[in-house]
Amino acid sequence: MFFEPLSKFHDRVAFIEENARTYTYAQLLEFGNIVADSVRSRSLLFFVGLNSASSISGYIGFLQKGVVPLLFRHNISPEHFRNLLSVYKPEYLFIPSSRKDLAEGTEPLIEAEGYRLCELKGGVHSELHPDLSLVLMTSGSTGSPKLVRLSGKNILSNAEAIIDYLGITSDDRAITTLPMAYSYGLSIIHSHLLAGATLVLTDAGLMERRFWDLFKTAKPTTFGGVPYTYEMLKRLRFDKLPLPSLRYLTQAGGRLSPELVGEFASICERKGIRFVVMYGQTEATARMAYLPWEKASLKPSSIGMPIPGGSFSLVDDSDHAIEGADISGELVYRGPNVSLGYAETRNDLAKGDENKGVLHTGDIATRDHDGFYYIVGRKKRFLKIFGNRVNLDEIELLIRERGIEAACAGKDDLMKVYLTDSQKREEVISLLAKTTDLNPAAFEIRVIDVIPRDSSGKVLYSLLERELP
Amino acid sequence: MSQENQQKYDKVFIRNFNVEPDQLTDLAYQTTPSWDSVGHMALVAELEDAFEIMLEMDDIIDLSSYEEGKRILGKYNIEF
Repeated sequence: MFFEPLSKFHDRVAFIEENARTYTYAQLLEFGNIVADSVRSRSLLFFVGLNSASSISGYIGFLQKGVVPLLFRHNISPEHFRNLLSVYKPEYLFIPSSRKDLAEGTEPLIEAEGYRLCELKGGVHSELHPDLSLVLMTSGSTGSPKLVRLSGKNILSNAEAIIDYLGITSDDRAITTLPMAYSYGLSIIHSHLLAGATLVLTDAGLMERRFWDLFKTAKPTTFGGVPYTYEMLKRLRFDKLPLPSLRYLTQAGGRLSPELVGEFASICERKGIRFVVMYGQTEATARMAYLPWEKASLKPSSIGMPIPGGSFSLVDDSDHAIEGADISGELVYRGPNVSLGYAETRNDLAKGDENKGVLHTGDIATRDHDGFYYIVGRKKRFLKIFGNRVNLDEIELLIRERGIEAACAGKDDLMKVYLTDSQKREEVISLLAKTTDLNPAAFEIRVIDVIPRDSSGKVLYSLLERELP
Repeated sequence: MSQENQQKYDKVFIRNFNVEPDQLTDLAYQTTPSWDSVGHMALVAELEDAFEIMLEMDDIIDLSSYEEGKRILGKYNIEF
């Protein structure tokens, strides 16, 4: 059975929640069984995740039963949710009681521990591919997002590789700092459960006292963070915080500046904490590379080396392998954690393995003489905003569909939106906030006379950014 | 002096969270979509700049509402 090893951790503590309540692995599996018992195997279930014992227990129960969850964040907007309900027509919903607005007019099959399980009448029971175990969103959703199809092998192989290179043991305690429905947050949950470790569960963030009160009592040994998390830790003067329980910290979800990597590497070294920079994508379940902590100070701009069981190659524009050092090309990953493929409709969930273990990452990279990899650019126009992938062309299109002339550029964590009509500023800001669910601080609106284009009408982004630094 | 501080303080909140002056008194963490962890960090940065102070970690995480912020700034000799 999927996640079979969990049963052998029986009396060990799986979860610690904010109210100091603890749950054993036996309790995790028991609750998981109860909710999964009421649903048919090989059906699709919309799962709105929280970092809570009932949420994760339910999730494990569904995976073990062969129910396929599609994961959402707890703050998903009702419009997005409805839109995806109409596209994927799931048979079931598993949602926090606090979000019953997502299932109006539906009587729950079960309501327990802050969650409700609902069966939807409009659900179609169409075939799901036998290898399909889980469906994740790739990014901040705009319109109809591409979903990533994952198999049980994807999940297990990635979790095992992570346990291996981080050296996770059953004595570790990971405190949650990322949403469960975010592939990086989920990979921390998977790998620590499979190691028989403890998860310290909270939806409070680093900027809240609740988080640090829990930190003091539960004494976690680890957490993960996107670049933005490390900006926050810096602001909280991480170097001065007494956090003796920490054993290792991980960083992924976008590129942390080499200056900050260097800074955190040296602070962590002083505190006896291993600081591990990592690289991945939802398309590879989560993780593809890691920088061994001993190298963080020496190679602070590197994503490191492939995870155990995986391999990298670099290819040029005609897909030929690049052998030499320090030559840039598209980074291609091979490994058992490469997803089956994308889905854009319910019928796509019947498809099998389209990637065949090979992922063209869309990132441009180089390799040094020691075999370490460096991301130097991107093939497609997207930014990472607070760890979420946001496609610049999609956002541009979204604004233009409203009849507003616009061009999008910028850098990670700060998208610049160029408009020619200053009257549209407010409309665009509210449109962006609503469709991306990102804090408006992520967007800077700039009004210019004309958007520079070449003779064929293509926007000249380099000119756009040069003119207005 | 104190009125000047009050204006400065209000301006930071109004600009940072894009709210109206009459919403200020009830403003607290997560009562408006823009006051999440991202908005909180921007708020702290702007308050530090505006009043030329460096907030301690405990004060950063306790600054959970508009009113509480005034009490906290009082610890840094900023009178309202």
